[in-house]
Amino acid sequence: MYRQASRRLIQALGNGGRRRPFSTDLPAAPTEDAAFVEAWRKVAPNIDPPKTPLAFMKPRPPTPSSIPSKLTVNFVLPYQSEIANKEVDMVIVPATTGQMGVLPGHVATIAELKPGVLSVHEGNEVTKYFVSSGFAFIHANSVTDIVAVEAVPVDRIDPSLVQKGLADFTQKLNSATTDLEKAEAQIGVDVHSALNAALSG
Amino acid sequence: MASTAAAVPFWRAAGMTYITYSNICASLVRGCLKEPYRSDAGAREKVHFAVSKWANGKPEKSSIRSDSHSE
Repeated sequence: MYRQASRRLIQALGNGGRRRPFSTDLPAAPTEDAAFVEAWRKVAPNIDPPKTPLAFMKPRPPTPSSIPSKLTVNFVLPYQSEIANKEVDMVIVPATTGQMGVLPGHVATIAELKPGVLSVHEGNEVTKYFVSSGFAFIHANSVTDIVAVEAVPVDRIDPSLVQKGLADFTQKLNSATTDLEKAEAQIGVDVHSALNAALSG
Repeated sequence: MASTAAAVPFWRAAGMTYITYSNICASLVRGCLKEPYRSDAGAREKVHFAVSKWANGKPEKSSIRSDSHSE
C-alpha cells in the first residue's frame, strides 16, 4: 500500500502547481541585475547605474535546442587552471562508477572522480592527465567543469616510485589493525594501482 | 518501504571525511612524481599557521606551526 503513496503524492503535486523547472530548461543568465537597476533609477534617475559584478561576467551560455558539435571544457586545479574554455570533441573522466565518456549533448551530470586518467580528445590529439580525485560537472549546455586537487600529465609519473608505493601499501594493508589504518592503506593501494594502470595503459 | 542504507565508501565508514581522503590521494600522487616536479609539488603541500588560545579576552602565547602534510 505504501509503495503507491509516493507516486500518488507526486501526481497530486505535479498537477497542482508548476514546480521549479530543471536546470536543463534555464534560459541564458541575465547580463544585468534588473531589480537593482530599477531601484537605482527610482532613487537617482539622472545618474547611470553602476555595473554590478553580473555585468562583468560572461553570461552562462543557454541550453541550445540542438546538440552542439563541440564540448567546452574547463579543467581547474587549486593552484592553476589547466584548461580554460577549450572546445573539444570528447573527454573521458575517471568517475567512481567507471570511465565515463562525455560527448557534446551529454545529460547534465555531477560525477565524483576516483584516482585515474582523464583524457581530452580534440581531433586526432589526446591529452592525458592523471587525476588524484575531484568532481566533474557536466551542464546541459555542454560545458564541462572538472575540478581536481592534483593532476599531472602521465609522463611525469615515476614508475619505480609507483611500484615501491604499491608494495609498501599492500604490506601495510595486511598488517593494519584499526579501521582508520586499514582505510589509509586501502587508499594507498587504490591510488598506486591506478597510477600503475595509467603508466601501462 | 525499503530502509535505505546508502552504500558508503570505505573511507567514510572508517570515519574519514572526503577532504581528508582527497588530500591523502593528492599527496600520494605528488609522492610518485619525477624529480623536478616532485620538489615543486612538495612546496604546494606546506601549511603554515599560528594557533593561539584566548583566555579572559587576551591571547595567550601563540604557537606557530608549519606542518608539511601529515594525516
